[in-house]
Amino acid sequence: MKSDFVLQARGLVKSYHKNRIEVPVLRGVNLDVPTGVVTALVGRSGSGKSTLMHLLATLDHPDAGQVLYRGERIDNASRSRRDIYRNRDIGIIFQFYHLLPELTAIENVLTPMMIGRSVWSYFRNRNEARRRAEAMLDRVGLLHRATHKPCEMSGGEMQRAAIARALMTDPSILLADEPTGNLDTETGLDILKLLTELNQDDGLTILMITHDDSIAEGADHCLRMHDGHLELHHATLQVA
Amino acid sequence: MYRWLLCFRYLRTRYIALASIISVTLGVATLIVVNSVMAGFSSEMHERLHGLASDILIECHLSQGMPNPEGHLQEIMKVCGDQIAGHSASVHVPAMLGIDFNGQLITRHVNLVGLDPESYDLVSHFGRYLLHPDNQKRVSFDLREDGYAPDREHFPQAGWNYRRAWTAYEAALAEERERMQTLESTPGAASDSAGPSFGMVAPSELVDAGEGDVAKEFDPSREQYPGIILGIATCSSRFRDADDQVRDHFYCRPGNDVRLMFPNASDNAKVVNQRFTVVDMYESGMSEYDSTFAFCRLDQMQDFRGMIDPETGVRSVTTIQLKLVEGADLNAVRDLLRKRFPADVFAYNIQTWRDMQGPLLAAVRLETTILNILLFLIIAVAGFGILATFFMIVVEKTRDIGTLKALGASGRGVMSIFLSYGLLLGFVGSGAGLIGGLLFVRHINEVASVIESITGQEVFDPTVYYFNEIPTIIAPFTLAWVMAGAMTIAVLASVLPAIRAARMNPVKALRFE
Repeated sequence: MKSDFVLQARGLVKSYHKNRIEVPVLRGVNLDVPTGVVTALVGRSGSGKSTLMHLLATLDHPDAGQVLYRGERIDNASRSRRDIYRNRDIGIIFQFYHLLPELTAIENVLTPMMIGRSVWSYFRNRNEARRRAEAMLDRVGLLHRATHKPCEMSGGEMQRAAIARALMTDPSILLADEPTGNLDTETGLDILKLLTELNQDDGLTILMITHDDSIAEGADHCLRMHDGHLELHHATLQVA
Repeated sequence: MYRWLLCFRYLRTRYIALASIISVTLGVATLIVVNSVMAGFSSEMHERLHGLASDILIECHLSQGMPNPEGHLQEIMKVCGDQIAGHSASVHVPAMLGIDFNGQLITRHVNLVGLDPESYDLVSHFGRYLLHPDNQKRVSFDLREDGYAPDREHFPQAGWNYRRAWTAYEAALAEERERMQTLESTPGAASDSAGPSFGMVAPSELVDAGEGDVAKEFDPSREQYPGIILGIATCSSRFRDADDQVRDHFYCRPGNDVRLMFPNASDNAKVVNQRFTVVDMYESGMSEYDSTFAFCRLDQMQDFRGMIDPETGVRSVTTIQLKLVEGADLNAVRDLLRKRFPADVFAYNIQTWRDMQGPLLAAVRLETTILNILLFLIIAVAGFGILATFFMIVVEKTRDIGTLKALGASGRGVMSIFLSYGLLLGFVGSGAGLIGGLLFVRHINEVASVIESITGQEVFDPTVYYFNEIPTIIAPFTLAWVMAGAMTIAVLASVLPAIRAARMNPVKALRFE
């Protein structure tokens, strides 16, 4: 059933041009991300996993193929639809956190809300938004850091803030691009633990990209990126 | 929402951008100062020029002037009587002023105006520029006892007191000279040739040469010649004393006698050589007027020039001045009068005061316009500074732009961040310029004196301008358009960087290190 999958990719092809030479990155990738599980995507660096994630997040256009969100084709949707899709339907976290350095943790968490709403409606609901942002920070265990700027926080704290920001608009799926790639092992494990908790307690669907096999082992569902294709590595859950 | 939050944060954290708007601030401040001073200057000039001239001037170029001025006035009243609030007739004639100075003669070219003291003040501010306070209230061509220019420092003693002292001194001098002459000359016939050997012409000799036996009965310590009011610069020179203070030196002053030579009204013109007693001085602050005008009474002037018809006894004038009612259209009235007195029939020149001062007023306007254009070019240069700074900020913020797009911000939203930022910078920059400019204008005279004391150079030279202080007028409309212009330039300068930010590929932006 289509509704079983939050996100699907069909025959995605993408290549880059370097000095007029075409470098194929994805050569027909098919992907189904099932609801409510953690899906890991492993691959060596340069194998195209980040490219795949950008295509899934509609930050880039595929040369061929389709991206489907709950059965709706999203890769060629209108610009404003894609903006809304990125703002509300998915949450993204990055290896380098990408918090806005001028804003405090709570303001960073509030950013998606500010982007998604007009000035007027944001102002009307700002107390509610603030409460939700505080709840999100509390959920990731960072409430005591709410008024700190990113430069005053550690890497783990920044990633937690980024997770809180990604969850602010209650997305259907969290796309995580090497969420532990820039952290030491212990902090990385903490972040993974947090993501697992979010999945188990709140039923959050997670698509996690990593180059670390040991992290991938912990996922419900693991896919390996190889030579522009995707292979099923292991699956704890059987998905129809 | 986020765009305002972000651009306020950028404003607080990017000091380099603030540096780039200093030029906007300076440009705006300069524009405000320049416009205020130019407005103050031109309004002062307007007021003075208008104060000197009546609203409309009908000049007759004929030597005899226009006959029957009453009839002319009736015609004028018929054409546009409802617009006229006052009128005055006068005689203008070119003349040569001769001032006796240490026994030698100083000559100056002047425009001698014979005016009617009663009506002349109705059509222009003549009285208020006179030195004696009583003359300011009511013009009189009789010498006052004393008390000239009470608010003027270093003004020499003048009036009847001075005239008596001066006459006594002259008399004593003449007596002494005579005594010396008799001592020096050997008894004989050489006494006649000894006089000119001094190389000087004593005033008493001048009087003798002019009026002959009339002067013999004339006692200068009790009597005066017809009164004349001299433009202050016709009989004085400005200089700086040892302390670098501006001072005036007067060749003559109220109480002294001067000589005027001007043509009479006949077709076969002859020179009238007439003595006058200076009764006051005229200081309007416009050097053109102060250095060329002399005023005497209309009826005396008509007598001297023979402007009285021997048969009818009607006196003629050369000029009729009209004052119009408040809010009247000067040019319309002028055109009506020109139609009534066409130039091909009457040798009249009908002008408004604006026409007469047209080149000067136009020059000031042109100067203001050019200064505004130049200063706006400065702000435009500042705009390019903002452009360059913004490009750098966009590059610096590449990753943040990618992040915002990944969070669902539209290209237009990202663009508006930078446009709002530009607007905000423009607002802050021009706001600071506004405050700075207004403070500068308010304290401009203090600033000028500080600069003077530092550089030793006079910023605002009263020997040139005849104003003691720099006049300023702050026009709210000017402030508004200067602010709006500066902010527009700041926003325009941020358009290109903002478009670049909006078009940025989010994937590349996110990878950007």
